[in-house]
Amino acid sequence: MSAQPESARADSGLAHNRSRAGSGGPRYPGWLALPAVSWYVLFFLVPLGFIAVTSFGEVVGFSDVAYTWSLDNYRYLWDDIVGEIGLYRTIFLNTLKLSIVGTLSTLVIGFPLAYYIAPYARHKTLLLLLVIVPFWTSFLIRAYAWLIVLDPEFPLYRALGLSDFVERQGILFSEKAIYIGVAYNYLPLMVLPLYAALERMDWSLVEAAQDLGDSPVRAFRRITLPLALPGILAGSLLVFIPLTGEYIIPVLLGGSKTFYAGNLIAQQFLESRDWPLGSAIAMVVIGALTIALLIYARALGKQEQYGG
Amino acid sequence: MIGRRLLGGYAVLAYVFLYAPILVVVAFAFNGGRDVLFWEGFSTKWFEVALRTPEITEALRRSIFIALGNAVVACILGTMLALALPRMRPWLRTPVDALAYMTLVTPEIVFAIAALVFFVQAGNALGLENPLGWQTILIAHVVFNASVVALIVRARFVSMGQSFEEASFDLGAGPLATFRQVTLPRLAPAILAGGLLAFTFSFDDFITSFFVTGPTSETLPIYIWGQLRFGVTPAINATAAMMLAFTLVGVVVAYLVLRRSEQSREGGLPGV
Repeated sequence: MSAQPESARADSGLAHNRSRAGSGGPRYPGWLALPAVSWYVLFFLVPLGFIAVTSFGEVVGFSDVAYTWSLDNYRYLWDDIVGEIGLYRTIFLNTLKLSIVGTLSTLVIGFPLAYYIAPYARHKTLLLLLVIVPFWTSFLIRAYAWLIVLDPEFPLYRALGLSDFVERQGILFSEKAIYIGVAYNYLPLMVLPLYAALERMDWSLVEAAQDLGDSPVRAFRRITLPLALPGILAGSLLVFIPLTGEYIIPVLLGGSKTFYAGNLIAQQFLESRDWPLGSAIAMVVIGALTIALLIYARALGKQEQYGG
Repeated sequence: MIGRRLLGGYAVLAYVFLYAPILVVVAFAFNGGRDVLFWEGFSTKWFEVALRTPEITEALRRSIFIALGNAVVACILGTMLALALPRMRPWLRTPVDALAYMTLVTPEIVFAIAALVFFVQAGNALGLENPLGWQTILIAHVVFNASVVALIVRARFVSMGQSFEEASFDLGAGPLATFRQVTLPRLAPAILAGGLLAFTFSFDDFITSFFVTGPTSETLPIYIWGQLRFGVTPAINATAAMMLAFTLVGVVVAYLVLRRSEQSREGGLPGV
């Protein structure tokens, strides 16, 4: 994931100059992209098209899909969302809350860490690597580790005589456990781009601001924060997007008590066997995500316009 | 100065937060007792139990097999893509680029069900009785891992400059000869690192595998997930510890390979 800002930078700078310098010269042929692009189209775009089509179908019999081109699934969801009971509305709102709170908590936890690693530490490569390593290990294992750590009978709590206290908090198999698990599992995704932005920052600007009479807080707000903004925005995207489809953590740590869009989709496919409705819910998630990203991109464009 | 100290203390706490849960899993894999939460002395017996459970060894073998196949295919597709992209016309490069990024950022559950629907319907159309199996897992994993390899290889390919390639082409070598003699030797570390990361991504993947797996093609994460319904057991911890060890070796080797090649070039910071 860290390669992302790297390559983006390389493309906008180096690649641009070179392609101009060597345009028309010999190069690797463009058809080399064909195998990968065919793979993407056949096994990614076409499947996404399949669920778009399936979302307009209906179930016949046990789990067969009839492609009836009806809007029934969307109408059903819409009626629920604006209706009185609002079962799906609650789930979509839960998902929105999870994505926003999850993103903010990784930002709050991750920013001081990135802030520490970027300018100060002597062994910053090692410190950064230590943040990345958990990210490369199994998401599933990192999630279920909290089943042990949050258990009131965890030996540390017993040794400290805190078992009853932890028990009373009722953290495991509640929403709290879900939020802890989310903050934990997604933290590296936030720290990486934050670090990338802070590492590139010219820290003498902060010193200059302070020399000229800014308080540390004011210097932080006027210099550090704006310069860290690209990292904050990139990190927020990296955390927010996958959170909209989070499935593992609510099931493992929330005891399936709180439902989110990801669980709802999975349930339609694994238990209810209502593929058309599951597909429609997936389309709603993608649609909402696309709209959110477009608004975000627009806000970003405006901000760059005015921010100079 | 005080702020810096505070920040340092905070960083220590953050690293404890990052590592304590993982270390707890590993530590409790060495618990001699039957109950996960009651320590009854150091023992490696749960590793023996895990390695004598046919479901676990079979799932482990299958996971390694799929991850290896996935890494090879992803390396080939990703590297070819990385070579083609930097010099593509912008109107063509932009959509291809967007497509590659999309495979990485789409919520995994959406891709997983899309792949499931696609494989089942394609299997029906082809008259396959059981379309889902290790093959479908491998095909689905390659989708996002080809992008991972392409990202890493392209970053290196663009940053190392292409004057050697241009010279080779000017002297009359074809793309294949140029790739073998000029580009591959310089890109090899990036391709290897990309392949190792693709391996660990596939090896650890749960959601995609879970949805496109067949009745007889359980991978290790799917096995662990199934067992977790009955709670954490020491044998699961031992299995997880082995998985962690496997992934860690892959990641550390990938890091060292990238760093060594990076240092021999300019002594800069590693890109990953």
